[in-house]
Amino acid sequence: MPLKILVTAKRVEDPESKIKVKPDGTGIVTDGVNYKMNPFDEIAVEEALRLKEKHGGEVVVASIGADKSMTEIRAALAMGADRGILVKHDGPLDPFVVSAILDKLFEKEKPDLVLLGKQSIDDDQNQVGQYLAERRGLGQATFASKTESLESEAEQKKQPGVVLAADGKSLRVVREVDGGLVTVDVSLPAIVTCDLRLNKPRFASLPGIMKAKKKPVEEIVAASLGVDLAPKVAVKKLSEPPKRQGGLKVADVPELYAKLKGEAKVL
Amino acid sequence: MQNVLIVAEQSGGHLRKATLHAIAAGQVLAGRTGGKVHVALLGKDLGGLSTELAGYGVTVHAADSAGLTHYLAEAFAPVVAGIAKEVGAGFVGAAATAFGKDLVPRVAARMGAACATEVLGFGGSGAAVTFQRPMWAGNVLAEVDLTTPVKAFTVRPTEFPAAAKGAAGEVKAVAVADPGALPTRFVEFKEVKSERPELTEARVVVAGGRGTKGDFKPLEELADLLGAAVGASRAAVDAGWVPNDWQVGQTGKVVAPELYVAAGISGAIQHLAGMKGSKVIVAINKDSEAPVFQLADYGLVADLFKAVPELVEKIKAGKGS
Repeated sequence: MPLKILVTAKRVEDPESKIKVKPDGTGIVTDGVNYKMNPFDEIAVEEALRLKEKHGGEVVVASIGADKSMTEIRAALAMGADRGILVKHDGPLDPFVVSAILDKLFEKEKPDLVLLGKQSIDDDQNQVGQYLAERRGLGQATFASKTESLESEAEQKKQPGVVLAADGKSLRVVREVDGGLVTVDVSLPAIVTCDLRLNKPRFASLPGIMKAKKKPVEEIVAASLGVDLAPKVAVKKLSEPPKRQGGLKVADVPELYAKLKGEAKVL
Repeated sequence: MQNVLIVAEQSGGHLRKATLHAIAAGQVLAGRTGGKVHVALLGKDLGGLSTELAGYGVTVHAADSAGLTHYLAEAFAPVVAGIAKEVGAGFVGAAATAFGKDLVPRVAARMGAACATEVLGFGGSGAAVTFQRPMWAGNVLAEVDLTTPVKAFTVRPTEFPAAAKGAAGEVKAVAVADPGALPTRFVEFKEVKSERPELTEARVVVAGGRGTKGDFKPLEELADLLGAAVGASRAAVDAGWVPNDWQVGQTGKVVAPELYVAAGISGAIQHLAGMKGSKVIVAINKDSEAPVFQLADYGLVADLFKAVPELVEKIKAGKGS
């Protein structure tokens, strides 16, 4: 059964970038910071593509943000997604508002499955999938992972970790939780959020990048969706965490032992 | 006056210790608002656990029903939201565990509430509470205001002490309506069994990374000698060397033990964010330039396969004397 999959691609600071807070605490310093697709969303895009390769269907990638988010949509299209939707909005967003916007896109697109990263690595909230599932009254399978490791043969063969039932009506999802792995069946349409070990995302090929330029991307102004865009999680102030006083080196194990026993008193 | 509802986490009738830290956070909030702390306990055959929890001076709302045997957000969220309305909760929270992070945002959505994840502390003044939380993998601390009437949150357990026993509170039974057919069904739980303490609750954590080349034996020996939990970097987990739930980091477990030993871990930002709250950090790594050394209280540039067994012998000898 072909699947229509809506997948998210948020533009975030590159996780390798050094993040510094502006002296007045109103934001972070963006000079010299690179941007890319949220790594958890990349995993979601990869999973969507694997499901499409196995079952057929369509992968629609959505991003919400300023015009520059088009770069992340093109990146997903270059990986193999079919078309894009850019919801244009300047200014702060939070999971409450983002899930309300995705709720509108769901109404419009009527996908069988929404795949999202479990969190974005800028605000680290880990909420959008759960909010969206409740807003739509659908089942949620958060922290999708799989039993096999990322070095396994199934992963080399790019098998999806999320498995469609034979009747095409539900998905079997292995969820990474504290103390082990939980398996659930979730009826379609479903909301699935992706954890780190679900897959290794592919790199876009050169032909993929060329093709992506011609794929359709619809632009929607967020204000036209009839959603209250005022953030409900209002960031008042940012600051840098207290610095740790580290950096002391010891010469050998006897000195380490002596320090731990005598100075730190932790042994 | 606003009451506070904390959702307890249990499995098989055993309370997750993280719940006690969330209750402590709830008590801080209730102190600010002049309200009371209520605890929602959901599951099947909860008998003794309800009484145990009430011993922390809170009112326990026990929803004991066959439909709640296995945790599913779709089954739990309506019950928690129902209790929250019943007690007039202005704040609804839980510990920031996989359970809390899965459930609380769904409850929040149901109540039209905004939510703050991994809360480290509370700011503002009096009943006007703001939430302190990490962003960008802990590289930034944010103070956020939740502008909705009901405010939802999950707290990082290591940032609050465990609640202390108090005057026994009340236990109230909650009638659970049949939810009908749910969109999600529990299939199985594969537990990673361990004799060692839980990572987030251990006094000592011994963690290994790429430098172990997959051989965690020396680290496990050190851990068992110290009664420690074993942790790992993302690289070691991705390689399939150790189970997923050993991962320490912003996207794994956040730990803050008295002693954290990082062996063969270079110290990616992601990993450091998960352990830099530890009281004492020891780094053992062959590469003297590894970023982990900047954070470590005691850094030892050495091969872990030589240094760790030597440390084990030292500790054994010290114990014998």
